[in-house]
Amino acid sequence: MTTMQKLLQLPVNAVNIVKTVQSQVQGQEEDKSPVLTPDGGQQTWYNALQPDELRHLRSGGSGGGFGGGGGGGGGGDQEERAVLEEGGGSFQNQPLRHDDLKEMLDSNKDSLKLEAMKRIVAMVARGKNASDLFPAVVKNVACKNIEVKKLVYVYLVRYAEEQQDLALLSISTFQRGLKDPNQLIRASALRVLSSIRVTIIVPIMMLAIKEAASDMSPYVRKTAAHAIPKLYSLDPEQKDQLIEVIEKLLADKTTLVAGSVVMAFEEVCPERIDLIHKNYRKLCNLLIDVEEWGQVVIINMLTRYARTQFLNPNINESLLEEGGEKTFYGSEEDEDEDDEDKDKKAEVATMAKRKPYVMDPDHRLLLRNTKPLLQSRNAAVVMAVAQLYFHLAPKAEVGVIAKALVRLLRSHSEVQYVVLQNVATMTIKRRGMFEPYLKSFYIRSTDPTQIKVLKLEVLTNLANETNISTILREFQTYIKSMDKDFVAATIQAIGRCATNIGEVRDTCLNGLVQLLSNRDELVVAESVVVIKKLLQMQPEKHSDIIKHMAKLIDNIQVPMARASILWLIGEYCEHVPKISPDVLRKMAKSFTNEEDIVKLQIINLAAKLYLTNSKQTKLLTQYVLNLAKYDQNYDIRDRARFIRQLIVPTEKSGALSKYAKKLFLALKPAPVLESPFKDRDHFQLGSLSHLLNAKAGGYQELPDWPEAAPDPSVRNVEVKESVFTLLERVTTLTSVPEWTKCSSREKRKEKKVEKPFYSDSEGESGPTESADSESDSANGSESVSGSEVSGSGSESEESEEGSESEEEEEEEDEEKDKKKKKKELKKKPVQESESEQSSEEEEEERKHERKSKPRKSDSETESGDEEESESESSQSESDESESEAEVKKKKKAAQSKPPAKPVKTDGKKEKKEMSLLDLDDFEPAPSPQVTPVNSFLSSSLVTDLEGLSLSDSVLSPATIAPSSALKSYELLHRITGEGLSVEYCFSRQPFSPDANMVAVQIQFTNNATSDTKNLHMEDVKLQSGMRVKEFPEIELLPAGETTTAVMGIDFCDSTQAANFQLCTHTRKFFVSIQPPVGELMRPIFLTENEFKKEQGQLMGMNEITERLTLDVKCRNEHTIVQRVTTAANLSRVPCGSDKECRFAGRTVTSSSLVLVTVATKEEGAAQLTVNCEKMVIGTMLVKDILQALTQ
Amino acid sequence: MIHSLFLINHTGDIFLEKHWKSVISRGVCDYFLEVKEKAVEPENVPPVLQTPHHYLISIYRDKLFFLSVIQTEVPPLFVIEFLHRVADTFQDYFGECSESIIKDNVVTVYELLEEMLDNGFPLATESNILKEMIKPPTILRSVVNTLTGSSNVGDKLPTGQLSNIPWRRAAVKYTNNEAYFDVIEEIDAILDKSGMTVFAEIQGVIEACTRLSGMPDLTLSFMNPRLLDDVSFHPCVRFKRWESERVLSFIPPDGNFTLMTYHVSSQNLVAIPVYVKQNISFFETGSCGRLDITIGPKQTMGKMVEGLMVTVHMPKAVLSVNLTASQGNYTYDLATKVLVWDIGKLNPQKPPNLRGTLSVQSGAPRPEENPALDIKLKIQQLAISGLKVNRLDMYGEKYKPFKGVKYMTKAGKFQVRT
Repeated sequence: MTTMQKLLQLPVNAVNIVKTVQSQVQGQEEDKSPVLTPDGGQQTWYNALQPDELRHLRSGGSGGGFGGGGGGGGGGDQEERAVLEEGGGSFQNQPLRHDDLKEMLDSNKDSLKLEAMKRIVAMVARGKNASDLFPAVVKNVACKNIEVKKLVYVYLVRYAEEQQDLALLSISTFQRGLKDPNQLIRASALRVLSSIRVTIIVPIMMLAIKEAASDMSPYVRKTAAHAIPKLYSLDPEQKDQLIEVIEKLLADKTTLVAGSVVMAFEEVCPERIDLIHKNYRKLCNLLIDVEEWGQVVIINMLTRYARTQFLNPNINESLLEEGGEKTFYGSEEDEDEDDEDKDKKAEVATMAKRKPYVMDPDHRLLLRNTKPLLQSRNAAVVMAVAQLYFHLAPKAEVGVIAKALVRLLRSHSEVQYVVLQNVATMTIKRRGMFEPYLKSFYIRSTDPTQIKVLKLEVLTNLANETNISTILREFQTYIKSMDKDFVAATIQAIGRCATNIGEVRDTCLNGLVQLLSNRDELVVAESVVVIKKLLQMQPEKHSDIIKHMAKLIDNIQVPMARASILWLIGEYCEHVPKISPDVLRKMAKSFTNEEDIVKLQIINLAAKLYLTNSKQTKLLTQYVLNLAKYDQNYDIRDRARFIRQLIVPTEKSGALSKYAKKLFLALKPAPVLESPFKDRDHFQLGSLSHLLNAKAGGYQELPDWPEAAPDPSVRNVEVKESVFTLLERVTTLTSVPEWTKCSSREKRKEKKVEKPFYSDSEGESGPTESADSESDSANGSESVSGSEVSGSGSESEESEEGSESEEEEEEEDEEKDKKKKKKELKKKPVQESESEQSSEEEEEERKHERKSKPRKSDSETESGDEEESESESSQSESDESESEAEVKKKKKAAQSKPPAKPVKTDGKKEKKEMSLLDLDDFEPAPSPQVTPVNSFLSSSLVTDLEGLSLSDSVLSPATIAPSSALKSYELLHRITGEGLSVEYCFSRQPFSPDANMVAVQIQFTNNATSDTKNLHMEDVKLQSGMRVKEFPEIELLPAGETTTAVMGIDFCDSTQAANFQLCTHTRKFFVSIQPPVGELMRPIFLTENEFKKEQGQLMGMNEITERLTLDVKCRNEHTIVQRVTTAANLSRVPCGSDKECRFAGRTVTSSSLVLVTVATKEEGAAQLTVNCEKMVIGTMLVKDILQALTQ
Repeated sequence: MIHSLFLINHTGDIFLEKHWKSVISRGVCDYFLEVKEKAVEPENVPPVLQTPHHYLISIYRDKLFFLSVIQTEVPPLFVIEFLHRVADTFQDYFGECSESIIKDNVVTVYELLEEMLDNGFPLATESNILKEMIKPPTILRSVVNTLTGSSNVGDKLPTGQLSNIPWRRAAVKYTNNEAYFDVIEEIDAILDKSGMTVFAEIQGVIEACTRLSGMPDLTLSFMNPRLLDDVSFHPCVRFKRWESERVLSFIPPDGNFTLMTYHVSSQNLVAIPVYVKQNISFFETGSCGRLDITIGPKQTMGKMVEGLMVTVHMPKAVLSVNLTASQGNYTYDLATKVLVWDIGKLNPQKPPNLRGTLSVQSGAPRPEENPALDIKLKIQQLAISGLKVNRLDMYGEKYKPFKGVKYMTKAGKFQVRT
């Protein structure tokens, strides 16, 4: 009701028009919502109104007979326009022209209307007033022609604020648009409606926004997000309601909306950081796929968020830094800092021992997900990430941003300007970061002055003992520049280098003294000023320079320089006792002609000389003081009077004169030449406030790190409600206790694994499917290359990489204890598994077989395994894929290496080389042609499978025996392992120490002639959230023997590889284990009804359907079941129809349901449906099963 | 965010204004114009200015100032980057971005600005989306439009905004499918007086032109991706794929775009293709100077050096020059004091030479610094870093596209100090 009433309280002239329809609307309103629902009736009132009444309105408006307000306003406007146009010096006959335009707008021809609108918009663009055309224009708002309509919108938005009452006439058109079935029309209607700044329609806007916020189309929701700040600026009282809408939109899962809603959040309620908690992880994960402008806003907001929620990762170092800053002179501080850099690692380690810091996995998530954006083409995005790293990352990781920022220096000069400002601030805190890029800051003579000065600033900040000589040489060229402001800045920079670096102080001083003979007066003057500052540090040593400068006084005219020299002579008159009175004599002569600052210094000089050497200078001093007494400047007169009282003892003079000497000749501390960028980093970098070094309106302070981290569980997101309740229901039904108790941490992980949008689409588009599965090899190569930064990117969540060995050792100890327990525990599952086995005897047989011919099976699997290991090794050597020929060469080289080492390799090597050369393709991801078996498979099936199995040789002879033949993957090849070959397979057994882990069975074979000792794992590098349970150390593996061990890996439901080092007593090998997606789940039992129910809940995005033609050999139910269960660890769901095979499982970590249906039709046609809440898993699974069924 | 935009020409006339929120008087530009008056060169106007109630962020492009008015905190780079994107869009639409062309197309410009920002926040900045909404003017179209009365604004709704890959138009169709890639490398270098390299690096860019039907998915791989030190990509490139395999995998935008830019790792020594022998001196007496420049080939990898050009910003005191060039010709602009020597192809047998006298304003002090030489050059069919494209594969579409890769080396910021 209120809405309508407000709307209907129209200004005088609009009421007249609306009156006719008022009753109609009200009638409608009684039975409908309070909005102007644009139903049929509505349209008619508008339509009825449009042609006739508007024309009345227009003529009335210009005739002045129509309502006082409107007419008056129009007249005023016309006057204004006239004034404006006269000012612009343009047309005299403008009013006529406007009539002209009005006529065109009234015509029926679209082309005429368009022409008129174009001319009007051109007027608007030039800043001419076209407001008197408003009535004529506004009635075209419903015009059919899109271009006319758009131009009308442009006009409307521009003038609606001035002509509020008339603007209201257009509202109903937009309201109708809001209901249009086409999302783009809905969006554009909302966009224009919300842009009209008329307070009276605030309630309508509010309703429109609320409605649009729950629109089906993400594009409309995005528009709604855009409309929020518009409404807020129009009426801040709506804040509470708007926050509700923002909260709702923040929960949106599409990339399209994310950027816009965060922008709205920042404008309306940046203080409501609590709204972010639940969406934090989602925003982090979506970030890479959000459009670039949205990325900037989100990253800046998340920086602030992280500052309130996480602990300072540099807490230990910052303590240290503070210690360093206490020393007074910069130079010492530098040394400290430098040492600090060198011994950083060691120090971190010691500090960590004192107070271990553990990074919140969410903090890590943010850092990891923003890092790729450093590669963005958009400078603003790069800068946003850079500031995020600067403010949030551990010191050791900040370095990555330097390269990207240096890249921006190639961009437009405005970009350079902003980037350099930020770099300048960064170099003060983190100098080491930019040191390698020193030369990128060298100055070109064609740079704009402001860029030059900023580069100079950076160079100065970067200067240290090692590079100062190059920097000074560079400065020497700058001094000769034609740009005198720049030269002056260079001289100051030299001065700062000299004060900061003790070693070069004398060199710099000499250089500056040489500059004193420069022909350019500005240069000399600047040098004098800087020398003065430098001399203050050690005046004793440099009396000759002071003498030299005393001579200069005759030539230098720049007042500041003259004043500086005089001050120096006065201050150190004892070092130059002969010259100083003479200088005073000269100055006394020229006193009246000097500038004020020089005069003041002359008085000072006189006073000081009088105190030290009154015999020679008494008269001169009196003379000077007398001159000063009658000076025009009152400052000088005051000073003279004051000094006379102070230094000349008279009866009247007070007690102060006794201390005159102390007053004047007190030891003055040398000035500290500081960078103007010091401490600027209390502003968030990259912000306008930072650039201006002043708080800009609307700037949100970057909060300090909290002392103790707030509760991280606030960010836990309940699994999408429906699914969650569903889960609960399932668990009550099946009463399997293990995965019902998923801890908060698990849920968190689950969130993390959720892939951003783009990667989903990757999964769908054929050729790039491998992108996901291959990403692990990148991690592999990263960790192999050992670069600190990338390595730490994938570090484990428990310990920050920086925090070093001691901690790890402790952990290892713990781990060992655990392992012992595990050993004990291990027996249990073994027994279970054995009982599950079809027959133990069979197993026994197989063992024998394997023992008898291990070699043979080895060579059988060779080609496949070789592929993997080779690709791994070539990637570890260099993360590039070169041309085939080159790769082959390399392989040969790699081949020739091992024999050179003492490990004995026999004739089999040749065989291998053959197979190597056959390779023409390498795929890091192991293809999932697996032949595993589920516990429920019949024993006959198992025997069937054995025939297909590539490598039953993997099966362990030891205690643990999997139920059936399993596909094994090579972890370490015999040759790269120098005799040690390692294979692994997914045993599909529950891993008893931790139910969330996938059991991986590892088989070690020692093919070397010597024994291998102390086989164990080290240096596990994982994606965050992933965990590993290491296998117990194998103390001795005699030559020729084989042994197995089991480890558990929590892959967090992703196919990311687990990278670690396999260590023997002599060597370390980098290896990685990557699971096929089918191994990330475990079978569960569902009834047919349950299955259908669950499937019903996982429709839409969670369902992936693919048509396929079954392989000729694979057309009976039996083989389908076999192949599906081979590809994925699922169990079969009983089913009434024989045309359908159903399978069910849950992912290991998050217990998300995975449902697979294969429906067969005639002639091998079939349809595969996968329902899984995790779309990435679903997509990959479809791919794998498809492959299994069609081959 | 961005409140208003003013376009100002180099003489200080405001010729276009656009407001996204309530109107701000153009009087706000006076602060800017004041600073601009003081600055000697337009480049020296600081990009960010503070006025009592507003902040002014401006860029200088093609002799025009794009001045935006800001009221609250915003990352300055956000605005600067956006303004450049606006200028790029104009360039893309009209072929150039000058005052006259903007005035001629003021309605289109206004429509573009309306679509690019909503309430001061960027809305559609991808040129493919914009072109779907507002067609760029062509001569043919303007003729047709005047005859038929049809318009420049697309009558179909722009579906590109809804897509996951906003950079690509939907339903692209070509009879000839082709994809061209230009690998262009620029040498940035500073050489000192004696010809020693003070600093040199190679920056590269891959410009692509794809005219492919449907939704092709391309994969571009390099023979030696290890050379690439620092890269930045068009948003279409899948970063993960690059991280793991060092290949560029992407669904390309339609038409011309910059696929990636890269920096060649600094470990590799940069081959400097030419040597420069120069001698510029001003005599203490007699108000004149002498100039002698010779350029010869150094490390050209057996390729022809073309488009050789030397630019010298002479000191203000140099009144005129009297030179002879053994090859090419030279011009000296008296107003800006810029000497340009256009050489053309570099003849390795007979290195081109420019020598003669400079006359200096009498009475003026001898110029302190010798002017630096800016060198421009081009070498076709060579990427100086040695980067090579290995292969280009296309997935997702059936047809066979025509593929081509071109290499070129240019001088970037190549400066010789004297």
